[in-house]
Amino acid sequence: MNTFTVSKLQSVSELIQLRSRLLNEEEQAGLARKERILICMGGGCLASGARKLKDEFHKQLHHAHLHNSVEVKGIGCPGPCSHGPVVIIDSDKTLYQNVSPGDISEIIEQHIQNRQIVERLIFRDNTDGKSASSIADIEFFKRQTKIVLHNCGTVDPLSINDYISHNGYAALSKVLCGMTPETVIREIEKSGLRGRGGAGFPTSLKWSLASKSSSSQKYIICNADEGDPGAYMNRSELEGDPHSIIEGMAIGAFAIGANEGFVYVRAEYLLAVERLQNAINQTKEYGLLGDNILGSGFSFNLEIRMGSGAFVCGEETALIASIEGKRGEPRPRPPFPVQRGLWGKPTVINNVETFVNVPVILLNGGDRFASYGTQKSKGTKVFALAGSVRHSGLVEVPIGTTLRELIYNIGGGTVNDRPFKAALIGGSSGGCIPKEHLDVPLDYESLNELGAIMGSGGLIIIDETSCMVDVARFFFEFVTEESCGKCTPCRVGTKRILEILLRICDGEGKPGDIEKLIHLGEEIKRTSLCGLGQSAPNFVLSAIRYFRNEFEAHITRHCEAGVCFREKKFNDLEIQHSASTKD
Amino acid sequence: MAAEDNKNQQALATDEEILTYVDHLIAECREKPGIVIPLLQITQKKYGYLPEPALRKISHELHIPYSEVAGIVGFYAYFSIQAKGKNVVRVCQGTACHVLGGNEVFAAVKKELKIDVGETTPDGQFSLAVGRCFGACGMAPVIMVNGEMIQQVKPSQIKRILRKYKK
Ligand SMILES: Cc1cc2nc3c(=O)[nH]c(=O)nc-3n(C[C@H](O)[C@H](O)[C@H](O)COP(=O)(O)O)c2cc1C
Ligand code: FES
Repeated sequence: MNTFTVSKLQSVSELIQLRSRLLNEEEQAGLARKERILICMGGGCLASGARKLKDEFHKQLHHAHLHNSVEVKGIGCPGPCSHGPVVIIDSDKTLYQNVSPGDISEIIEQHIQNRQIVERLIFRDNTDGKSASSIADIEFFKRQTKIVLHNCGTVDPLSINDYISHNGYAALSKVLCGMTPETVIREIEKSGLRGRGGAGFPTSLKWSLASKSSSSQKYIICNADEGDPGAYMNRSELEGDPHSIIEGMAIGAFAIGANEGFVYVRAEYLLAVERLQNAINQTKEYGLLGDNILGSGFSFNLEIRMGSGAFVCGEETALIASIEGKRGEPRPRPPFPVQRGLWGKPTVINNVETFVNVPVILLNGGDRFASYGTQKSKGTKVFALAGSVRHSGLVEVPIGTTLRELIYNIGGGTVNDRPFKAALIGGSSGGCIPKEHLDVPLDYESLNELGAIMGSGGLIIIDETSCMVDVARFFFEFVTEESCGKCTPCRVGTKRILEILLRICDGEGKPGDIEKLIHLGEEIKRTSLCGLGQSAPNFVLSAIRYFRNEFEAHITRHCEAGVCFREKKFNDLEIQHSASTKD
Repeated sequence: MAAEDNKNQQALATDEEILTYVDHLIAECREKPGIVIPLLQITQKKYGYLPEPALRKISHELHIPYSEVAGIVGFYAYFSIQAKGKNVVRVCQGTACHVLGGNEVFAAVKKELKIDVGETTPDGQFSLAVGRCFGACGMAPVIMVNGEMIQQVKPSQIKRILRKYKK
């Protein structure tokens, strides 16, 4: 692929022609090809040496005179990050894990040349010791439903041609030739898509409000700040399938009548920014971004803005302030951004994953999308499974899938089968789900009932080696540090709570402390200015709700997990003091 | 992210060089609304920190009061007005790393470097910082040296890892 260059596409039919030319070429190549080796180029696998691995594969295939018949292709993250680098043999979908350069000759000789699976490198699936070689048989993959991540693991994130040949930009061209903003919004409404940034606000409603505004200048923003410290869905989506985000944003821009957009990416995501910028450049070159896209008269320009390390900037009004070049402080809503957003103009802000769902919905229809999920929450959700879980990584399941299914059947259970203690969901604004509720369906309503939230998809499993009080203190240090200081309940209230938690963790807790925590927590929730403060006490309150006995035990100087009251706590204190001073 | 690109430049850059660089940057984008933060980011990337002359220049050229520029720099954790060591070690203090022993890794780094967060070793080799999640939670615990991610680290490996960077 990528054997020819393309000049700006002038019309939808030129895009269709290009696609069939690419498919044709791919078919020819497929006939000549004996095998294809897919190597994950996600951030996780790259850091475990995937680039070197890819080069080495090239070299050794050359040596074996197989370079003309065996293709090596980089792909976005297929999911099982903790087992990286991950290599997939395309013809039989065999997945090899933890592959190192030393394994390559064996894979080439045994598998590529003699069609025998290298048993020692295959994915170890479940607690019952089963192992399977093919993705089709591995529980971790078999039980997932990939809508958002459907390109991750197949399409080369660096190649617009590969994206186009996988039906990329087909949804945008469908929209531009024959749909109106109203029909686009109606399709989204039919799909029941709710925002994936945490709150679950209906996307069609947000778009329709912005669409109705008569302002001549509007903006669309993609929130890729991903502040929850323990979640990386958006990172993988940006790195693995950047074109879907661009396409989803362009469709959103058309629907609301915006001609300019921004993607706000958190500072740590260097590779994501690189991949997205590369994709934007390609898209401009092909005329799929810029003026008069595909001759439709619709123009849309897109720019990346990077965060600078402030969690509160994930909050939409703070994010807007940050793009405007100011301190990222939130302001009261209303007015909502759809009324007065960036530079005072109507602005739609959606999460990365929300946008990635959009092309799929328009291509396959809202009804099809709505057939996944529950009565009130449609589609799928991507979770970043981490912590004490055997297969940590990215997983996507229909909304309403149970927590047990996610941890045990997909995640393969806890590390070393240690007793499960709780799942931390939704980060600091979320809560914990204890063992008794393992069968909770993961949807917005059920989670709210348990005092947790769906959040953006961070899901951290802890076992009995973790202490709930310590985790609560950890989350609180985070929110205290990240409070922007604008409103008093959040600035001062969080500090008071942290003081109490630190005291309890030091073995100096007093009777009545737990009641104080609850009281203060409720006050902060009620009186804070923005979502950060309003949700800051959530985790502590949830931890007290389910693990009150642990708090009580700490007040009598007992830590069941053996985490607190050790010398280690002095280090923690240092972290807390020094982290609040800037680096 | 700070110092990775230009490890040795910060010590060498004179005020004059800094001003020329910033001047050149501003010339390209003066008119763009909200450009002050990207300018600060690029400058920080170039020098590893934000030298005061650069801040004064940006304030002057963009007609933004110096106090406002300083306010922006103070607000965002990524900006630093102090020069850093040749290598910047960032230890993840995110949730996944925390529950999988991130604190022990952090303690090992501090012990090895004998400095605290925000400090630089006397020989100018290393600065220490913490981060809240590098997005590699599936591979926790994680540290970053000069932007390079090192995953599933054990405290016992820290000495060896850091030695590699010392020149
Ligand atoms: C403190 C705070 C942090 C937030 N961080 C994020 C974030 O990192 N990513 C995100 O998409 N939304 C975040 N949100 C939610 C946004 O304000 C906004 O609701 C969301 O981007 C809307 O997109 P959606 O409708 O597609 O979910 C945050 C909210 C608060 C209060
Ligand atoms: S918590 Fe450390 S990388 Fe996410």
